[in-house]
Amino acid sequence: MRFERREHRSTLLVIATPILAVIAALAIAGLLIAAAGAPVFEAYWKILTSAFGSRLSATETLTRASPLILTGLAAAVAFRARLWNIGGEGQFYLGAIAAAAASAHLFAGLPSLLQIPLLFVVGAFAGMVLLLIPLWLRLRFSVDEVVTTLLLNFVALLFVSMLIDGVLKDPAAFGWPQSEAVDAAARLPKMLARSRLHIGLGIAVVIAFLIYFVQTRTVFGVQSRAAGLNPSGAVFAGVPLGRTLVIVAMISGGLAGLAGTIEVLGVKGYVTTDLSPGYGYSGIVVAMLANLNPLGVVLAALFTATMFVGADGMSRSMGIPTYIADVTVALSLLSMLVAVFFTQYRIRR
Amino acid sequence: MSALFDILASAGLWAAVLRIATPLILATLGALISERAGVLNLGIEGIMTFGAMSGWLAVFNGADLWVGLLVAALGGAMFGLLHSVLTVTLGLSQHVSGLGVTLFASSFAYYVFRLMVPVAGTPPTIEPFRPLNIPALSDLPFFGPAFFTQTAPTYLAIGLAIALAYLIARTPVGLAIRMTGENPHAAEAQGLNPMAIRYGAVIFGSALMGVGGAFLTLSAFNSFFPTMVQGRGWICIALVVFASWKPERALLGAILFALFDAFQLRLQTVLSGVVPYQIFLMIPYLLSIAALAVMARRARVPQALMQPYRRGER
Repeated sequence: MRFERREHRSTLLVIATPILAVIAALAIAGLLIAAAGAPVFEAYWKILTSAFGSRLSATETLTRASPLILTGLAAAVAFRARLWNIGGEGQFYLGAIAAAAASAHLFAGLPSLLQIPLLFVVGAFAGMVLLLIPLWLRLRFSVDEVVTTLLLNFVALLFVSMLIDGVLKDPAAFGWPQSEAVDAAARLPKMLARSRLHIGLGIAVVIAFLIYFVQTRTVFGVQSRAAGLNPSGAVFAGVPLGRTLVIVAMISGGLAGLAGTIEVLGVKGYVTTDLSPGYGYSGIVVAMLANLNPLGVVLAALFTATMFVGADGMSRSMGIPTYIADVTVALSLLSMLVAVFFTQYRIRR
Repeated sequence: MSALFDILASAGLWAAVLRIATPLILATLGALISERAGVLNLGIEGIMTFGAMSGWLAVFNGADLWVGLLVAALGGAMFGLLHSVLTVTLGLSQHVSGLGVTLFASSFAYYVFRLMVPVAGTPPTIEPFRPLNIPALSDLPFFGPAFFTQTAPTYLAIGLAIALAYLIARTPVGLAIRMTGENPHAAEAQGLNPMAIRYGAVIFGSALMGVGGAFLTLSAFNSFFPTMVQGRGWICIALVVFASWKPERALLGAILFALFDAFQLRLQTVLSGVVPYQIFLMIPYLLSIAALAVMARRARVPQALMQPYRRGER
């Protein structure tokens, strides 16, 4: 048995790939649900109704999807240029804490229209800086950025923990380590009244379209792709490799930082060390499920959010651990990898 | 200054060093052998988590401690097989596949743990490995309590590092592994099967990662809780580079690293209130990054690392 590269990939195959991958993942996760002694189809039905069954749950799912779109885009942009940014989680937290601190101390009192964009810049900048360090280490010392970005996640979370237990600690929080609340004018407007859904979702979707445009219609988009596909060839063709990677890193880190900023301004209003249930890591899965396509990221984020919100509800009523959501999402990533492979290769005997 | 010296001169510190180093030694060796054959295994963090969980769960359900380690090894090997299929047979990106394995293995471990062990106020515990008192040696002043009152898996890990150093440098098996990691085409021309060698190295390495994780729950602590691996897997990946892909240096690197870790733990109590404890907790991660920056250029990377091998394809 051997594999042979396909000459031609049909559009249908490309579109069907993620769907087949998700079905495969759901089937395997179904075995785990069955092993726990629960009816599988009922469990999946519960996941779906818990995620979309009511106005409350549907808005909750969309609220969960917003940061996932941004962290997914952060990973997709970087991976396309073969910049392995696995540090989304740390960048998310740094963006959140930077925005919270700036809102409470620097920009307090500024009107929303001025303050919110300023905080977006601050948060994005913080995420950016955290990714530029490992990129610098790669360019200067040829250190693999996978490990450094992963390690920096732990450093960033400890740094945030130190701040909210120290200089940024909210004195009114009964001793709990949490940051001071952001200025009232910094809270993001709601997209829908009587829900937690804020304009962050709209912003994330607009950014996805923007990135799609940049990647398909600009010189930079082509250069970043070339940098990923064949770095030495790209250099030969006159692509400034270092500069391209720096810009990619700034976009990627900035998006992850922005995700944190939007989450703190849109949902909680203050930072704790459980602000993110792994949004940075899930962003990697979202990006891979979307096959690094920015518009696909929106759909993949929606799927991931559905699994997480749905599994919470299903878990309460059926006694299956909520971790089934994480298992399913991870399995989707693995089956997506395999599925993409078979769109590129066929089996020959 | 004298406070620092007191810390360094205490037998307790050195006993802690070997205890902290053991999971790092085992998992670093696991990552190392698979990288020597040309496959980066970023599944390490999840495999350690799964090893910690499955080994503990086996013992919790009445198995012997050694059976617990075996269960962890088999669990690790299972994920190693998965990573091999994805990266060796299909030739997928080793980065992405490894991350996928980590996400899957850790969430699967949490799922099984939650399913089998109901939520309780205090986590259930097991009776962990006891320190092995070696006659005569354990009674030596300072050296006895510092180096000869470890649990059996610690001695096993040290012995394994030496054995693997010999295996890789001096035996035909080691030569085959090295050749596969440097130039799989040349290995095939010599009549070797690079695919099979990579499978073997990844599966064996993953089993070691599983055992490394299980040391945490069966010897260092006595219970399992989510996120307990705490990035140790990623630190091991850094240690492999620091060790320049040599088992004997991996042993030294892990011990050196553990020394810093044990030292900062004690420094924390001395300096508590002056310096936030988070600063100390950051040190291991920052140290790993610094070690990578210093060593990355100097270390000799296996030439075919991260390159998929397809027969007849260049």
